[in-house]
Amino acid sequence: MNFIPFILWSDALVFLLLAAGGVAAWYVRRREHLLLPWRRVARSGVAMVSLLVLSLFLLVGFLDTLHYRSALPQTNGSGKVYSPEVLSVFDSLVGPLRTHTEKTYSEPFALVLYAKESISDAQGNIVRDYPRLQYGGAHLSDASRRDADVVKRALVGGGLGLLVGLLSFYLTHGTLRCTSGCDRGVFIATLILTTFIGAIANLAIVYHVLGTDKVGQDVLYLSLKSIRTGLIIGTVTTLVTLPLALFLGVAAGYFRGWVDDIIQYIYTVLSSIPSVLLIAAMVLMMQLFIDKHADWFDLAALRADARLVVLCLILGLTSWTGLCRLLRGETLKLREMEYIQAAQSFGVSSLRILTRHIMPNVMHIILIALVMDFSALVLAEAVLSYVGVGVDPSMISFGTMINAARLEMGREPMVWWALAAAFGFMLVLVLAANLFADAVRDAFDPRLNGTESKA
Amino acid sequence: MLAYLIRRILYAVPILIGVNLLTFALFFVVNTPDDMARMQLGIKRVTPEAIEKWKQQRGYDKPLLINSAAGGTDKLTDTIFWQKSASMFVFDFGYSDDGRSIGREIAKRMGPSLAIALPTFLIGLIVYVSFALLMTMFRATALDMAGVALCVLLMSISGLFYIIGGQFVVSKLWHLVPISGYAGGADSFKFVVLPILIGVAGSIGSSSRWYRTIFLEEIGKDYVRTARAKGLSELRVLFTHVLKNAMIPILTGVVVVIPLLFMGSLLTESFFGIPGLGSYTIDAINAQDFSVVRAMVFLGSVLYIVGLILTDISYTVVDPRVRLQ
Repeated sequence: MNFIPFILWSDALVFLLLAAGGVAAWYVRRREHLLLPWRRVARSGVAMVSLLVLSLFLLVGFLDTLHYRSALPQTNGSGKVYSPEVLSVFDSLVGPLRTHTEKTYSEPFALVLYAKESISDAQGNIVRDYPRLQYGGAHLSDASRRDADVVKRALVGGGLGLLVGLLSFYLTHGTLRCTSGCDRGVFIATLILTTFIGAIANLAIVYHVLGTDKVGQDVLYLSLKSIRTGLIIGTVTTLVTLPLALFLGVAAGYFRGWVDDIIQYIYTVLSSIPSVLLIAAMVLMMQLFIDKHADWFDLAALRADARLVVLCLILGLTSWTGLCRLLRGETLKLREMEYIQAAQSFGVSSLRILTRHIMPNVMHIILIALVMDFSALVLAEAVLSYVGVGVDPSMISFGTMINAARLEMGREPMVWWALAAAFGFMLVLVLAANLFADAVRDAFDPRLNGTESKA
Repeated sequence: MLAYLIRRILYAVPILIGVNLLTFALFFVVNTPDDMARMQLGIKRVTPEAIEKWKQQRGYDKPLLINSAAGGTDKLTDTIFWQKSASMFVFDFGYSDDGRSIGREIAKRMGPSLAIALPTFLIGLIVYVSFALLMTMFRATALDMAGVALCVLLMSISGLFYIIGGQFVVSKLWHLVPISGYAGGADSFKFVVLPILIGVAGSIGSSSRWYRTIFLEEIGKDYVRTARAKGLSELRVLFTHVLKNAMIPILTGVVVVIPLLFMGSLLTESFFGIPGLGSYTIDAINAQDFSVVRAMVFLGSVLYIVGLILTDISYTVVDPRVRLQ
């Protein structure tokens, strides 16, 4: 074997989340009454289109989560040595994007570098000019043919993408006509997406579609890598918020008395500290802790990953209070209901009442809160990284991309592409998540049933 | 009323003690002053003497909780906890790493912070409520749908984008106002106008949408139907009846942030170079000045609790049925 699989802490947490999601899906599938609201979600065209976009992001994020270390070429017969560089399946899929690094900035689709340099021309004279890129458009001998080549490649790639889209639709539906059991919006969105991806992919092989950054890395590659960081912040955080909010909130509402007092006290203290400050204080302290125990992390990737996991942990610790308060209120209401009182008078134990009768009835609140929080967390990551308490500076994320690009705002002509790429990708991800979250809320919130479902 | 206030203030004390203990644990127990010194001094200059000197300069060379070497009350008071954490209850924040008094710095920086935060808050409130009322007026029409779609789009854009984009277009392309900086007095107008506008624009999506839901919830109630049946115009119904009755949910979210306006906004202030508390905090975070961060955490929670009490009082103002006892 030329590589060994390598599981970072954050990978393990993602696998845990996926397993939990799988179990939940399997459980819901077999119960019609739990499936019903999901059917309502599935009927909403907007929700399905945004789910489609989200699943693309999830796919990229997932492929980027399967890490491995490749073996170094053997020098002497002293057994296998693995590279300290941790790569992911995604990295190897988009190989050229990762390895085609230029010297420094270049514009999208550029053939030349951003800044003039002293280069020797064909006659051997030294002139100051824009040097050609090493990889971007290197297949073109004549620079003036670039535009035609871009159009041609986009058309070919787009056409192939369209074919793949149609083919996959044919394979799943057995026909190309969108009639019963088919959402026209989703059908069209699928075709648009596959066409677009095809065109970009075909262009990205030979051009830097979104330009390159200061050290010459392809911005499209950086943006795609940022997706995993954003998704992890948005999802792994729930592993902390969910148990805390659920157990404490339900316990406070059900037992009341001193249990309630203590739990209320804890969440009032936590929520009274402005969240950015609390996060900043905790991250500073954790960073100190990680630095102190630098010997625990023998790889740079491990240390960056530890900081990501710790950041999720901290975000979770600071954001469970809102959900906890909601759950406490709902449980206070539920425990006065007749079916709970009936259960109590039958002598059902408190634990059983909590797990069988209360928790299933607050699940919709949890689900709505979690999907609504997701987009807020993705946006928060960028802000926190800017403030300096976000992910490790060496980790590729939207926040670090924006932070690096921001410093180049003053250049003439402006280096705009890295900023535009980071903001664009974030917008698509967050917009899709928001639209999907709205559909989920409309379908699950009993208060909204029928009143605001159109909005 | 007075008795209620006193009780609320007394109730705030254990919460502040909790905040205080939490920051103490975070800053002095999870990581000892030795670690902080090592981090501040950098790798090269770490010697045991340097660490001792660093700790002594900042008063971190005392025992954490109980000073067994001292006698009498000094046993408790001559400790890090008493001098660094408990002293914050009387707003004695001590000195930052560059030797300035944190309390004086906070007092000086509140002005610029307020110059941005207060107008942003007031203009924002008016804009969001009017936009939401407009959407409510045209509810369930294409106009309303477009408004909601716009809100969702706006709230999906990163806050950083508004700042960077606004700075680029208004200051760099159009040269209308300086990119950043601050001046006192009448000159301050040209420096604060852009941050205020960006601050208002930044949360128009989420806020308007939230107010719209509140109004829609109100508009389904019986008194609205009665008002309409009496023949009142839709405008009259919205502005006098619905708006007044929606005050309670609006105040719940709004009044609590008023005291926090003193803290300023981290992002806006640091991008625009406003010498307020927000940029003070960011600078402290970047310079890893723990005493400033600790002071700001404590100040923030005091202001939050003041906000909660103000919220309760404001209920009695808008709703005569609410009595504080």
